[in-house]
Amino acid sequence: MPPTRVPVVDGWFTAEGGEFRLLGTCCRDCGAVYFPREDAFCRVPGCSGTELAEVPLSRRGRVWSYTDGRYRPPAPYPSDPELTWRPYTLIAVELTAERMVVLGQGAPGVTLADLAIGMEVEVVPGVLAEEGGRTLTTWHWRPVAEEEPDTGERPVPGGRPVPGEAS
Amino acid sequence: MTGEVAVLGAGMHPWGKWGRGFVEYGTKAARAALADAGLEWSAIQSVVGANTVRCGYPGQVAGATFAKALGWQGARVTSVYAACASGARAIDTARAQILSGLADTVLVVGSDAAPKGFFAPAGGERPDDPDWLRFRVLGATNPAYFALWARRRMALYGDTAEDFARVKVKNAAAGAANPYARYRSPVTAEEVAASPVVADPLRLLDICATSDGAAALVLGSVATARRLGMARPVRIRAVSSVSPTHPRTALDLPDIATDSAPPGSPVPDPFRPSIARAAYEEAGLGPEDLSLAEVYDLSTALELEWYEDLGLCAPGEGAKLLREGATAPGGRIPVNPSGGLASFGEAVPAQAIAQVCELTWQLREQAGERQVPGARAGITVNQGLFGHGSSVVAVR
Ligand SMILES: [Zn+2]
Repeated sequence: MPPTRVPVVDGWFTAEGGEFRLLGTCCRDCGAVYFPREDAFCRVPGCSGTELAEVPLSRRGRVWSYTDGRYRPPAPYPSDPELTWRPYTLIAVELTAERMVVLGQGAPGVTLADLAIGMEVEVVPGVLAEEGGRTLTTWHWRPVAEEEPDTGERPVPGGRPVPGEAS
Repeated sequence: MTGEVAVLGAGMHPWGKWGRGFVEYGTKAARAALADAGLEWSAIQSVVGANTVRCGYPGQVAGATFAKALGWQGARVTSVYAACASGARAIDTARAQILSGLADTVLVVGSDAAPKGFFAPAGGERPDDPDWLRFRVLGATNPAYFALWARRRMALYGDTAEDFARVKVKNAAAGAANPYARYRSPVTAEEVAASPVVADPLRLLDICATSDGAAALVLGSVATARRLGMARPVRIRAVSSVSPTHPRTALDLPDIATDSAPPGSPVPDPFRPSIARAAYEEAGLGPEDLSLAEVYDLSTALELEWYEDLGLCAPGEGAKLLREGATAPGGRIPVNPSGGLASFGEAVPAQAIAQVCELTWQLREQAGERQVPGARAGITVNQGLFGHGSSVVAVR
């Protein structure tokens, strides 16, 4: 019997079958969008909204930044210490419509050499790990072919970077 | 301006991996600060402890833990937690007590015995904790976030790996002259380039280590300082502890996504420059008045960001400022003359206090080989997980 497939977190992306999308919520009072989802209260100062409707997020966005993980992350990351660590990419993607940056792993086979800031990517279903006889499912970002010929110039989303903090 | 408090004493326990408990480190730092102030422990009216990152006791009740270790004597006691900003919040709490007349002599202590390797969240199944989630779902370690910002700088401003390495070389040279630093050897650009990549484009020597360490301050009113015979005490003129404003549109530890900004709305004020701005406003001075700055160089690239966020140069010009030597010892505005986190590593609840210890010694001209000549005003800055700004301005 194949392992059961379960989402790594409930309610963050659509179930299997049909078009795959990240799921956020939207405040009925002010229209603010949240991912990860807020279900109890709107966080906009001055908005007292408590009704938040589930909304699919844009399927495509542009790379805000990217990196990789050359060392095995600590628990609770699901990873078998018996197996050789294989680096994966992490891609931060700006969704134009929502003006929101969402972090995710790159799809298997996507390397740093495949990525550039400003490049268009799409969200696809993926597998995070096998754990306890279950297959944990997740979302991945994957570069998509540009519809226009590539001029070598890419829009840089978000303007000036504003990193933050520390721990 | 809200009024000033005086630094009566400063003390540290050397940073390193010593294999002992945080109480021991903190108590030693506290005793050093008391000795520096010339005060007996019994003269302290309030103890504020910056909490360590521990589940349960006694890390989360650091104030009482240090009060017990020093000997119960009936002082007012407070414990604060704000991750990397814990030390600044502890200083701010002490300041509020002094300015309100609740206490006249306050001991502030931060100490940690850090675990090995990557910082990781506490155990258990906790999907309501954003910090747990980013490890669980993405394996996104702290260096991964530092690397995202570093690459962004490379793409937007043309920063190079060599620029980042230059920060490490500068801070390692400074730290070599600091007896409290964990790493006391110079580092070359070649050594940075030869260290393994942790999260591309950052290498091991671009990222600060975790360490054991402790720092303490004795704070009091300016009148108390005078009474103790301190004619020109170092004074704390501002403690900025601002939160971001919604929507926060910069991807930041420990979040998996930013807030969404409504279509067509103006770009909101970024958080990190607002931390420094609040400190400058409260202190009634600006970047042009500074003699030195202690910034949180969790990564080499992040130090360059702080130059810009502190207003030491325009956005995008951090690497240029570094290359000109302005932030090196002897430069126009030395940054991290202590050696920074590059030389100390992180002992989370202690570090913001250690930054103020360095300002104190510099402003008193007691910094020895690493002294910034004629230092008159200094700033510290860092940021605590979950939206705690942290910046302290001290003057003499
Ligand atoms: Zn709302």
